[in-house]
Amino acid sequence: MHHFKKALLAGVVVIAGTAFAQAADCGITAKGRVSIVGNEFPAIKSVAAKAAECDNIEFSSNLTADHQKINVDGMKANPPAFTSAIIANSSIVALMNEDVIRPLDDLVAKYGEGINPQQLITIDGKIMAVAFMANSQHLVYRADVLEELGIAVPTSYEEVVAAAEKIRASGKMQNPVGGAYASGWNLAQEFVNMYIGAGGEFYKPGTAEVSVNNAQGVAALETMKTLSGYMNPDFLTHDSNATSAEWEAGNVALMNMWGSRTGVLMDAEGSAPEVHTNTKVSGPLTVGSSGVPATTLWWDGWTVAKNASEEDAAATFLALKHGISPALLNEETMGQAVWMIDGYTPAPVNEGVFKTMAAKAVPYPMLPYHGLLHTALGDNIADFLQGKESAEQALADVEAAYTAAAKEKGFLN
Amino acid sequence: MRHRSFAAFVLPSALAMLLFIAAPIVSVLIQSVYAPHAQVIVEIENCGPFGCTKSTTVDQEATARLLEEQPLGRFVGGDIYLNRNHLATSEIGAAWSAASGLGDFFSRVLNLPFYGALAFTLTYTAVVTPLAMIFGFFIALSVNSLPRFMKGPTIFFSLLPMIVTPLVGALILFWMIDARGILGSALQAIAGDPNLSLKASTPLTWIMLMVYGIWSSAPFAFVIYYAGLQTVPQDTLESAMIDGATRWERVRYVILPHLIPLTTFMALIKIMDNFRVFEPIVSFQAAAHAQSLSYFIYQDLGGETRLLSSAAATSVLTILGVAILLSPVVVRTWRDYGRKIA
Repeated sequence: MHHFKKALLAGVVVIAGTAFAQAADCGITAKGRVSIVGNEFPAIKSVAAKAAECDNIEFSSNLTADHQKINVDGMKANPPAFTSAIIANSSIVALMNEDVIRPLDDLVAKYGEGINPQQLITIDGKIMAVAFMANSQHLVYRADVLEELGIAVPTSYEEVVAAAEKIRASGKMQNPVGGAYASGWNLAQEFVNMYIGAGGEFYKPGTAEVSVNNAQGVAALETMKTLSGYMNPDFLTHDSNATSAEWEAGNVALMNMWGSRTGVLMDAEGSAPEVHTNTKVSGPLTVGSSGVPATTLWWDGWTVAKNASEEDAAATFLALKHGISPALLNEETMGQAVWMIDGYTPAPVNEGVFKTMAAKAVPYPMLPYHGLLHTALGDNIADFLQGKESAEQALADVEAAYTAAAKEKGFLN
Repeated sequence: MRHRSFAAFVLPSALAMLLFIAAPIVSVLIQSVYAPHAQVIVEIENCGPFGCTKSTTVDQEATARLLEEQPLGRFVGGDIYLNRNHLATSEIGAAWSAASGLGDFFSRVLNLPFYGALAFTLTYTAVVTPLAMIFGFFIALSVNSLPRFMKGPTIFFSLLPMIVTPLVGALILFWMIDARGILGSALQAIAGDPNLSLKASTPLTWIMLMVYGIWSSAPFAFVIYYAGLQTVPQDTLESAMIDGATRWERVRYVILPHLIPLTTFMALIKIMDNFRVFEPIVSFQAAAHAQSLSYFIYQDLGGETRLLSSAAATSVLTILGVAILLSPVVVRTWRDYGRKIA
C-alpha cells in the first residue's frame, strides 16, 4: 500500500511538472477568459496554441474556414462568445461595420511593450488590431518543367500564357495552369487581383458608386478567360485547397497561389519528389503595362471584442501578445508565414511574399462596402468564363447586383 | 372526440407551432420591409504594416444614434422585394422594351438572379418529384415480391441513400464525378472525349443534381409505398387474379388506386422539399451553374457583409412559392375530404 501511494504521488508530481512546463507567465494578474475565433491554416493554429500556454486564463479556440459566418454574432453577444477574432485586412471591415471590436490604445499603452509599432493597425487614429503576419498571392512554378522546355520564369500573365502554350504543345501537361477560380469568394479575389493589375479603380472617386464596367474590367476578364483555357475544365469548382491538390498531383506547372499555402506544397508530404523538390516561388505577376502587380497585400492580425470585460480583454491581449512573441518561432513555425516578429528569418518558401511587398503591390481595399462588391463579383463573373455572356454584360450584372445590395445596406441612396 | 378534449389534445402542439413557426415567419416578414439606416461614412486614414492609406469607415456614434431613434432600421416597404436581386420589376420592364424578340426577352429575364434560380428550382422540382416517386414505387413493388429472408437486408440497402447525411452523400458523389474520379473518367472513356467534365457544363451539372435528388429521395417514397402495399386488400387482389388479371393489370387497377391518397401526401412533402433544394448545390459547388432561392438565403447570410433584409425577403418569397406550388394539391385534398364528409 505504501508503495502504491508513493507511485501515485510520483505520478501526480510528473503531471504537475508537465503542466508547469506548459504554463507560461504572460503577465496576466487577474484571471480572464480567452476565446479565439479565426481562420484555419498552420500559422494561425500555431499562434492560438502558443496563446493557450499562458497561465491564469480559461482558454478556448474555434478555428474554421467558416469563421466569418460566426465571428460577428459571437462577438455581438454580451458577454461575447469570442473575446478575440483573428482576421485579415478584408475581414476586419465586417467587424468594424458592426462595431464589435474595441480600440486597443489603452491596452497597448499598458501592456504593449515588445509589439513593433508597424504591427499596429490604426484606423482613424485608433489602434484596432495587432498584425502578426503578411500574406499575398504570387507565382508558384515547377522549375524542372520550365527548365526542360527552356522557358524563363514568367513575370507577367502574358508570359504565363505563352509558357502554358509551350508546355501543352510539348505534351508534358494538358492543363499546365492552376488557379483558385472556384465561383464565389475565390473567383472574385482573382478578379480583384487582375483588375488592380490592369490599373482599374473600383469606385468613382470619393463615393461608394461602383465602376468596374470599363476597359480595365474587360481586360481583366479576358485575361482570366485566356488563363482558364489552360486550366483543368473543372476550374470553377477549384478553391485554394483543390488547386493545391492539383499541384501536388503534378498536373500543374504555373499558378498564382497564397504565400501561406506554399509551405505545404514544398514539404515531402502528399506529392512525388519530382514535384515538391521542383516547386519554387517567385514574385507577383503583372498584366498589361500598368506597372502595378496583379495581386494584393494582406495582413493577418488579432482584435479584442468590445463587449469583453476589462479582465477578459486584458487577459486576451496578453495571451495573444504571448502567442505572437519571439517564443513562437521554432524550426516548425518559422516557414509557416512571413512573421512580423523579431527573430524571424525568411525561409525560401516565404520569398514570394517579400517579392510582392518589394514590387509595391497594393493592400486589399479596406472599404466598408467592398465586401458587397466582392460578393457580387463572385456571383456574376462565372457566366462570362463559361461563355454564356459577354464581358460587358457580366460586368454590368456585377454593378447592378452590387448597387441593389449597397442600396439595401444604406451605402447608396 | 368531444370538442373540448380535442382542443386540450391539440393545444400544446398548436402553441409550439405558434411560437416556433408562426412567430418567426412574422419576424421575417417585418425584417423584409425594413433595411439598415443610411450609413454615415467618414473619411479616415488607415495605417498598418504596408503604410498608410486614405480610406473610409462607418461612423459608429452616428449609427448608434440612428438606431436608438428607429431600432428596426428605415422602413422601405416592398423595395427589397422589387429590387434587382429579387423580383426585379423595373429590370423586367426594361428588358421588355429593349428585347428584340420573345427569346431575347426570356434570356434577359433568366439572367436576373431570382428568375435564373426559379428556372432551376422549378425544373428540379418538376423532374425530381415524380421520378423519385416512380422509382420508389417500383423499388417497393420489387421488394414486396421478394422472399421473406431477403427482405430485411434489401430494405436496409435501399434506405442507405436516405440514411447518409445529404452533405456527405453529395460530397462522395462530387468526388466520384470529378474529371479524375471513377465516374468522371468512366464517362470520358464512354464518350471518347478526354476533356468531358460534368462540373464544367451547365446542362450536365443540372442532370447530375437531379440524379442526385432522385437517388437521395427515392428511398423516402419507397418506405411510404412499401408501408402502403401492406394495406392493399388481399381479397380484391385475389379476385382480380381469379378474373384473369395480369400482374400489370393488378398494379394498374387495384394497387395504384388504393395508393392514391398516399401519393398525394407524398407529393405535398416532396414538392415542398424539392422547392427548397439547397445541400446538393453547396456540396457539388454548383453555384456557377445552378442556384436556388435557399442558396441565395445562405449566401446573403454568409457573405463578408450580411444582407439580412434581403435574406428575409427571399425567405418570404420561398414561402409564397411553396404555397403556390402546393395549392393545386391542397385544393384537391380539400375537395376529397369535403366529398367524404358530405
